[in-house]
Amino acid sequence: MEPMEIAAALAGEFPDEVIDERSFRGQVAVAVHRDNILDVCHFLYDDPRIEMNFLSDLCAVDFPDRALRFEVVYNLYSLGHRHRIRIKAPVPEDDLVIDSVVPIWRAADWFEREVYDLFGVTFRGHPDLRRLLLPDNWRGYPLRKDYPLRGPEDWEYPEYEEAMELHRHDDDWTVK
Amino acid sequence: MTMADEPKAGTTVERDADPTAHLETKDLTLNLGPQHPATHGVLRLEVDLDGFTVVRCTPHVGYLHRGVEKLAENRNYLQIIPLTDRLDYVSSMTNNDSYCTAVERLCGIEVPERALYIRTMVAEMSRIASHLLMLATHALDIGAMTVFLYCFREREKLLDLFERLCGARLTVSYPRIGGVQRDTEDEWLEDVYAFTEEFPGRVDEYETLIDQNRIWLQRTKGVGVISSEEAINWGLSGPTLRGCGVPYDVRKFAPYGVYDRLDWEVPTGSNGDVYDRYRVRMEEFRQSNSIVRQCIEALPSGPFIADAPKFVLPAKEALFENMESLIHQFALITDGPPVPAGELYVATETPRGEFGVYIVSDGSGKPYRMKIRAPSFVHISALTKLCKGGRLADVIAIIGSIDIVMGECDR
Repeated sequence: MEPMEIAAALAGEFPDEVIDERSFRGQVAVAVHRDNILDVCHFLYDDPRIEMNFLSDLCAVDFPDRALRFEVVYNLYSLGHRHRIRIKAPVPEDDLVIDSVVPIWRAADWFEREVYDLFGVTFRGHPDLRRLLLPDNWRGYPLRKDYPLRGPEDWEYPEYEEAMELHRHDDDWTVK
Repeated sequence: MTMADEPKAGTTVERDADPTAHLETKDLTLNLGPQHPATHGVLRLEVDLDGFTVVRCTPHVGYLHRGVEKLAENRNYLQIIPLTDRLDYVSSMTNNDSYCTAVERLCGIEVPERALYIRTMVAEMSRIASHLLMLATHALDIGAMTVFLYCFREREKLLDLFERLCGARLTVSYPRIGGVQRDTEDEWLEDVYAFTEEFPGRVDEYETLIDQNRIWLQRTKGVGVISSEEAINWGLSGPTLRGCGVPYDVRKFAPYGVYDRLDWEVPTGSNGDVYDRYRVRMEEFRQSNSIVRQCIEALPSGPFIADAPKFVLPAKEALFENMESLIHQFALITDGPPVPAGELYVATETPRGEFGVYIVSDGSGKPYRMKIRAPSFVHISALTKLCKGGRLADVIAIIGSIDIVMGECDR
């Protein structure tokens, strides 16, 4: 199917869920409400005409100026039909939760952990939601737009004192 | 222990029929990596073992996280090319090519024929070099030392060719938005052609070394099996997916470059085990070699970079003679190229699998968001599935067979 036909089929199945539809250079992105994202994905996965069996990518984008600040983006591909579509689900900052799609695509497991790690979006129903790339005790979410590229000059690693404690006796061992 | 507790010499100690029956067993957690030669980089695996059987395998990544995506948001489009070198540092040509293809589609730049042919050619050379490294280290992990030396002989030749082409062996940054950095020389093309004539014989040599080797077959056949449905659901791609019999190759499914104009096939396996993944790569050597040959034979003459002054840096000589060029150069360096607002996900086939670049542009010279879909990232997440129920020694064989690069996984 052409991407626009998939978008039309999706709008036909979920008339109340689709917020926005955009086409750019042959690729179509459909924005849907986050509450029923699992149903939308199930439809795209199960419908024999669409059959999006390959989750190419899952990521998030931060738009600090928008009312719904974060956008979780699903890039879907069908190996059988060779067509592609992008689903986007905006999520507000004060309630950063969206349903996990791991029950549909196992590939979403680490993608969702990465989004949780770098944006702080929580995925409801994820089997093992932990930080992935950053240490478990990291504070903040680096890919948010308000996270600085470079930290303030007086900033030091929170566990710095603890780490320095290990070096307390270094001088005792120095050869004099 | 006092003297009274010790058994006296000459007395017999009574034993049960099964001496281990009363012993309590528990799983052993083994920490593999992050600094281990068989993990191909800084990958840490937490392996729970029941005897030699793997009960659970939990990968831990992030040791090489450099925040490439965050950096990309703060660089203009031209400055990102060197960052992509450092993702999959084993085959940086294909990364550069992926990124440049994505930006070109976003901007709607028409790339000259010659540049497309050259890029396809160097991407395939890079694929051969990458598979050579994979085969070398994979065989070394399993215990076949000789293959390593043979593979590095040819890899060295390819890296020397890259060096003559663009001055760098690993972090090449040769493809550019709209074309390539500089044109190829005839002498260089002749040497590449000579390499393609000799290389199929070399692949036969590798096969004589391990293909009939009983130890190799026992270590790889029926190990790390995954069915085609599961492999698709786990998001596997590239030779790892094709080893299961799924002929998914981005070069065929959604062609870029000049792949649709060349005559080549997608090799597939059937069992989805370590051996089939190895076989797929051996066939890809021959296919890639053929693609390189065809590209040289059909290489058209013409410009090597697009005539799009708003996106492409002018030639250095033009800067001293042409005011327009100087203005374009200044605008490109200070503001970056005027990429239209929009968003695009572009997938390409790197040696490891589907490499996706998702760019959200807000119309400025820097990407608003750039997400990289790295095949290694997905493949490492599937290690949990691939290693479960196998034996500890199989974990090493499986890591080698999915061909991971941590720079790409951690970004």
